Parts: sequence; structure tokens; C-alpha cells
Amino acid sequence: MTTAEHIAGMGCPACLAVPLALDTAARARPARLILSLPNVHCAACIGSIEAGLIAVPGVQSARVNLTLKRASIDAASAITAEQLVATLARLGHEAHELDASALSSTETDRQGRDLLMRLAVAGFSMMNVMLLSVAVWAGAGEGARGLFHSISAVIAVPTIAFCGVPFFRSAWVSLRARRLGMDVPISVAILLATAISVSETLQGGQYAWFDAAVTLTFFLLAGRYLDHRTRAAARSAAAVLTALEVPRAVRMGASGPQTVAVADLLPGDLVLVRPGARMPVDGVVTQGESEMDRAILTGETDPVFAGPGSVVSAGETNLTGPLTLRVTHAGRDSSLHRMADLVAVAEAARGRYTALADRAAQIYVPVVHLLAVGAFAVWLGITGDARLALNIAVAVLIITCPCALGLAVPAVVTAASGLLFRRGLLIKSSTALERLASADVVIFDKTGTLTLGMPELSDLATHENRDLAVAVALADGSAHPLARSLAQAIHAAGVRPAEVTALAEVPGAGVRGLWHGMQVRLGRANWVGAKAGSTTATYLQMGAALPVAFRFSDRLRPGANEAVAGLKALGLPVILMSGDGPAPVAALAARLGIATHAAQMTPADKVARIAQMAASGQRVLMVGDGLNDTAALAAAHVSIAPASALDAARAAADMVLLGSDLAPLADAVRLARIAVRRMRQNFAISIAYNVIAVPFALFGFATPLMSAIAMSLSSVTVSLNAMRMK
Amino acid sequence: MDILFWLIPVSLILGGLGLCAFLWTLRNRQYDDPAGDAARILLPDWDVRPKP
Repeated sequence: MTTAEHIAGMGCPACLAVPLALDTAARARPARLILSLPNVHCAACIGSIEAGLIAVPGVQSARVNLTLKRASIDAASAITAEQLVATLARLGHEAHELDASALSSTETDRQGRDLLMRLAVAGFSMMNVMLLSVAVWAGAGEGARGLFHSISAVIAVPTIAFCGVPFFRSAWVSLRARRLGMDVPISVAILLATAISVSETLQGGQYAWFDAAVTLTFFLLAGRYLDHRTRAAARSAAAVLTALEVPRAVRMGASGPQTVAVADLLPGDLVLVRPGARMPVDGVVTQGESEMDRAILTGETDPVFAGPGSVVSAGETNLTGPLTLRVTHAGRDSSLHRMADLVAVAEAARGRYTALADRAAQIYVPVVHLLAVGAFAVWLGITGDARLALNIAVAVLIITCPCALGLAVPAVVTAASGLLFRRGLLIKSSTALERLASADVVIFDKTGTLTLGMPELSDLATHENRDLAVAVALADGSAHPLARSLAQAIHAAGVRPAEVTALAEVPGAGVRGLWHGMQVRLGRANWVGAKAGSTTATYLQMGAALPVAFRFSDRLRPGANEAVAGLKALGLPVILMSGDGPAPVAALAARLGIATHAAQMTPADKVARIAQMAASGQRVLMVGDGLNDTAALAAAHVSIAPASALDAARAAADMVLLGSDLAPLADAVRLARIAVRRMRQNFAISIAYNVIAVPFALFGFATPLMSAIAMSLSSVTVSLNAMRMK
Repeated sequence: MDILFWLIPVSLILGGLGLCAFLWTLRNRQYDDPAGDAARILLPDWDVRPKP
């Protein structure tokens, strides 16, 4: 699991899905089952689901979580999730199994509770210290002022020591890495303010800054908590996508077929893959004939024949016949693991991007500290009073402390992520919004992204009724996607199936039957003796006559037209890049009005093209779904994958489209641009406050009351500005 | 002003009680399912006797 640890150690929320998928392997299957309940919504649902589950013998406890729309069940190991899903289906509730080990989000949970606890403590002491400070500002006598300052100190010092820990820790980390993050001036200001206030209190001075130090901690913790919640929500949504694909395989053991976790497979094991299932491992076919859909790996739309001796890799879909594989690579060597490596490399490259807030901090921090040091030196030089000079320097630090800056970005990101989530876009990386806003060219993958990878009959009108009738009769006897689509189209046209007898499916080839005593066949070009064309097609041969071709085009993903048109309207050039052949790529480009397109691109070609564009200063938004896009998704400036994408692609992408509709894409770019504009406005607002307040502090007129007003006003303005997002 | 001698500790203790209560609910995982807890109060299952 070293790769998994490696990625997790990088601490990015984006790369959770793959390590989770890999991690599943290492852990033993717990007796706890988790079901996803997408449609549960009311008290009555909770009651009936819990009662229904408890009624199953062997179930010890069942608890529905309405917020997460999940049920967790403790049950005897003999109980399987399929049984419970069936039970719930009888009660009228849709349920899906979730992989329990992929959902162990205890670490995130613990961090969230920890932040909330510190926030509560800071809130409590902020209110108390504020009450005491108001009395001082209102003009308490000298004795009362000393008393109030002392009580404030007793409350504030432990609070700072406890609640400031997240900032101190992060400041220490960035100092050790020789960087000046936002947390360095925050920590310096909080610590200096507390220290000077304690010393002033002991000497019976006029001003103490306890309220400023505690309020600052509270506001900044609030920003930190918002940030954490946004990321935790994205992380748990990503984890659910992973958990929905429970990695299991059917192993052919000595005692017959047996369902095991994919992670338990070893090279040499025999695995049965049913039609319609994805290959769980890399392997060689030992038995059976079928066709494979490799679109997700290579972008080809045409299914490929697979028989004994064929090499298959994890992620391909078995279409027509059952296949038995001998596992060649499992665990560390499998292509799944290689994908994880790819993603790790990609994430490391992504780290080069500096967030807007960090760029602001790099300018801001030196200026503020120079101002404070300068004020100290000048006042010391003029008056020779070290205590006064230090007080003024601290006032400068507190007035300029980036309280509003700490809220400026998290508040905007939270508002924008919430809006986009409701439109079906999940944002996984914290800087993804900023990067999306700055994208200036869009590259689309074809198969699985702009199209659904589902064939659609395109030349129905050109065929005779007799051919259609025979074809539909044959197609009804097969589960192959081309046959299914053909049957659907012909049924929809109202053609009655002819009477074909002795129907038989030849896996990996097609269907044959007898019609009026004549042999009829529907299937692959080379099986019926036709010449394969450039477009996806299936062929019908009646007796000895020449085969007739039924041509297919790939069905467009809903919203593809709107997305391409919307992105163009925003001024972004759109490029189509596919691993598929030139003819289908050109046809799709013409259909969607995309001027630039490239076909037969290998994954390496795609990455090279993106790197070349990046070198010429372009910022690429990549939208793709397959394994062949994973490296490109990672190399691009910002990337989006649909929820139907492979695990690795979803992990590599910054954002995931949750529905099947592409239409939110253009809207997402528009919203991201608004969000970045709001962030910049927020920076401008806090700088404006500073420009007004800093002169007061420098000339020694700043009071704790002034700093409290400036701090609260700027924080509230910034938060309100963030909430204007629509 | 002698009243302050009593009132300040009293207000601190009351506030502290509130803080402790909040921390207890936090540790007791009462914020894991706010939507579910709001709905569960409508269930008639344990109206007549407490849940065992």
C-alpha cells in the first residue's frame, strides 16, 4: 500500500478515490454493512426501513442516517448485502450496497470535531472577554479596569493556548519550509498581542488587547471550519462514488465458484467474468468467447473480439459471453495500481499552482511586518520609550492582521461549491475554482464524455422492411449492445419481427437462425463475410445474398450541445481529442460544431499536446473519463470527469460531474469566474480597511475599541460579499 | 460594585455550563444526522415506553 500512503500523505482531498479503492484490499471485511438509500426522505421511510431490516433474521441492529441517506447494519456474517437490498426493494425502497471500508472517514470526522470544539471554546471566551472589554471602553475606573483586565487575562490566555494550536502548527510548518504563509502573521499577531496585554495588565496599563486576540482566533477558526466542511463534503461524495463499486470477483476454486474481494486474487487464479461486468484484474482468457468494450481504456467505440489467449486488462467491459481468465497481474502489479502511480505523479505536478490567498500572503506578510518593525524603531527613536513603541507595533500588527483575508477565500469557496453541488458538480480540490476561472481553452474526450459510448442506429430509413423484420428477430436474441440498440430502434419504428427459428448466439461473433428455411445471420463483418467499413456497424446476411450493413453512431451525452455552445459563448475555444478513428471523430465534431479535432491520440499524445499548449501559455480545461485520459486530466491546468468515469479518472480530475448531463459545464466556468471576482473584491475590501486604519495605528491613536470595530466590520462585509453568489 | 464579585463568576459559570453542554453533544455525536433526528421525533415507535 505504499502508493496509497504516498498519495494520502500529500494531503490533497482530490486523490482520495484511488487509495480508497486500493485500501479496500488490505482490510478484512467487517460484519457491518452499509447501504445507500438515495430516495429516503421522511420519518415514515426511516421507520419502515429500520423495521424491515431488523425483521431479517441475523440482523442485530440497523440505523438509518437521513442526512447521509445511508443505513448501517450490524449483521451475522451469513447475511449478504444483496439479501437486504432485495428486502428493501420489496418494501418499495431503492438501495445500493456501499463498500464499508471505502467509507471509513473517521480521520476527517475527528478533524472536523476538533475544529468545532476549538471554535466553541473561542466563541465562549470571546463573548466573556468582550463583555468585560465593553465595560472598560465605557470608561471603568482605574481599579475596575485592572480587575477586568486580570479576569480577561485568566480567560484569554488558556483560550489562545488551546484554540490557536491549528494556526501555530501550520505557521511552524511553513516557517520550517522557509515560506511565509498567511498563518505566520496571524500567529505572530496573536502571540505578541497576548504577551503585551499580560505585561500591560501586570503593570496596570491603560490598554489590553485580549479581546482582539480572542476575536481574531474566533473569526479565523470560523474560516478554517468553513473550509474544512466544504472539503469534507466533497471528500465524502467522492468516497460514495468509490464505495458504490464494490470490488468483488468470482474465483473458480476447487470447491466451485466463490465470490471474493478483488484484492484477495493472486496471479494464477482463475476468475469468471459474466457478460456485462468489468474485468476485475489483468489476465489472459483461458475459456469462452466474447467481445470486449475497451472504450474506457482506449477511446475506441468498436467492440473487440476476445477468445482463448486474448490479453485483457482491468476496466474493460465483457459484452456477450462468459469468460474465464487466468490472472496475470494482481495487487501491486495490476493496472489499477499503475493508475494510482499515474495519479500520484499528476498530483505532484498540480502542487505547482499557488492559490490566490497564498499569493496575496506573499506580498502582504513582509509589508505588514516591515510596517510594525518600522513603527517600533521610529517611536523608540523619537521618544526613547520601549514600552510605548512596542504597544504601537502590536497595534499595527493587530489592525493589519488578515482576519478578513482568512475569511475571504473560504467564505467564497463554500458559497460557490454549495451552488455548484446543487447543479451536479462536485469540487474536490480547494484551488480548482480559481483554476477553472482562469482556463482559456477546453479539450474534450469523445467516447464516454461527449458521447455515452452507447450506439444508436443511424440509417434506419435506408433499409427494406423485410431486412428490418429479420434483423429485429435476430437482434432480440442477443444481449450485445449493438443488437439491443438495433432491436430498440426497429421496434420503435413499428416493424413486426419476422418468424425466425433455431436462434443461437455465437459469442464473439453474432446471432444466427432459420427464416423460411434459409440461414440468416447478424453479426461481425468477418463472420458474415462482409468487408468492415470505417463506421461502427453490424451486418445481416440472408442465405447466400450479399450482407447488408446497419450503421451506428454514438449517442450524444445529454447536454453536450449546450455545454459546447455555452463554453464557446464564454469565449473558450473547444478542441476534441479522441483515441477513436478519424471518421467517427470528424462526424462528431461536425455534429457539435467543433472546429479543431484530433483522432487516434494515444494517452501519451494527449499529454504531450497539453504540455505543448501549457508551454505556450495556454491554460487547458480537460474533460475526460477513460483510463486513456487519466494522465491528460492530471496534466491539464484544471480537469473535470463525469461520474461514470473510471475510478482513476475521477481521482485525477479536480471536479466530478454527478449527473449524466454535461450542461452544467458552461455554468460552472461562469460561476468560477464570479467566485474569483468575489475573492479579489474581498481582498480589496480588507486592504481598504487596512489603508484607513493603519495610519491611526502608526501615529499611536489606535485603541482596542477601534481595532474591534474594524475587525468585525471587515469580517462581516467580506462574508456578506461572499454570500452574494448566485 | 461589590455585586461584581458575585456576578462575574456567576456569568462565567453559566456560560461555562453552556460550553460544557455543547462539547458533550459534540462528543456524543449528536450532529451526525441532524435531518434524521428531526424526523425521528415524529416516529410513534417509543411513545409509550423508552427504547430499550
